[in-house]
Amino acid sequence: MATTYEAIATVTVGSGGASSIDFTSIPATYTDLFLHVSARSNRAAQLDYWNLRFNNNSGTNYSARWLKAYGVNVLESSSNSGADKMFIGWVNGNTATSNTFASTSIYIPNYAGSANKSVSSDGATENNASGNNDFELGIIAGLWSSSSAINQVTLLPAVGTLLQYSTATLYGIKNS
Amino acid sequence: MAITYEPIATTTLSSAAASVTFSTISGAYTDLVLVCNIAQAASNNSLRIRYNSDTGSNYSFTNLSGDGSTASSGRDSNLTSGLVANTSGSTSLELVVIAHIQNYSNATTYKTHIGRGNRAASATDATVGLWRSTAAITTIDLAMGSTFPSNNFASGSTFTLYGIKAA
Repeated sequence: MATTYEAIATVTVGSGGASSIDFTSIPATYTDLFLHVSARSNRAAQLDYWNLRFNNNSGTNYSARWLKAYGVNVLESSSNSGADKMFIGWVNGNTATSNTFASTSIYIPNYAGSANKSVSSDGATENNASGNNDFELGIIAGLWSSSSAINQVTLLPAVGTLLQYSTATLYGIKNS
Repeated sequence: MAITYEPIATTTLSSAAASVTFSTISGAYTDLVLVCNIAQAASNNSLRIRYNSDTGSNYSFTNLSGDGSTASSGRDSNLTSGLVANTSGSTSLELVVIAHIQNYSNATTYKTHIGRGNRAASATDATVGLWRSTAAITTIDLAMGSTFPSNNFASGSTFTLYGIKAA
């Protein structure tokens, strides 16, 4: 039986931190991509935010729509469009509970096709705190309006840099 | 190492179709994962499912959804098809639906799925669906809209069913 769920690459941030996590030269041999991320930012706040770029494209080709829960009985839905990167989730900041890393799962179907690229992301930051804006849990629909095959995926924290032990693994999934 | 995540079947539509069917699903796995990238012939229908061709009023769901300005939840019961994801499709190939169907092959419990719908121009949602049957799932039918179908899948839509083994 063919192996259809393969690890393409893993990045672990070292002691100096990192401004981004970059997967390059992604082969077109899979059907879908799946990205698992565990991360923490050095931003001096409870939270930072994730963005994502494909093929190092910084054109205003990205949009997203999301639903998030934060605090007690607080739900919110927002969106953006014409962005130069895709909002993709939440990251623990450096005043969040120590040793706590956010979890994000990102699914990118048909990444090598010629249609625009739709993305599904689920993410959460847990934190031993009580403020309404100290932790967030949410789901996101993202779109990169491009016909190009994805050969590079870059994760970018919005404000800070990624701290040591942040990790990301990119998997390729084949449908046959 | 044992291979535990296997493609069972995949369909890429070369022309519009009212429904997509996965049949003769083996009971050899523990769970199923359905990955769909969908365009519609017309807009604004959500993805529905029927198991084992059951058209009885045996389906229900609870849903959490965000359309970019409003967060909402909803539910319905005694339906003739299950809701996989509440986010609607469009004529562009932009609706992504991922569904997990747990413990699908047992003949003792009712069957549940968790669906995630995504279209950046419309909404994102999470849905839990229940099929009130103890039968092992051997067939899955997919269509757009509660009238099953309300309109067609468009050419280029892709559907893949994966099986996951616990061991």
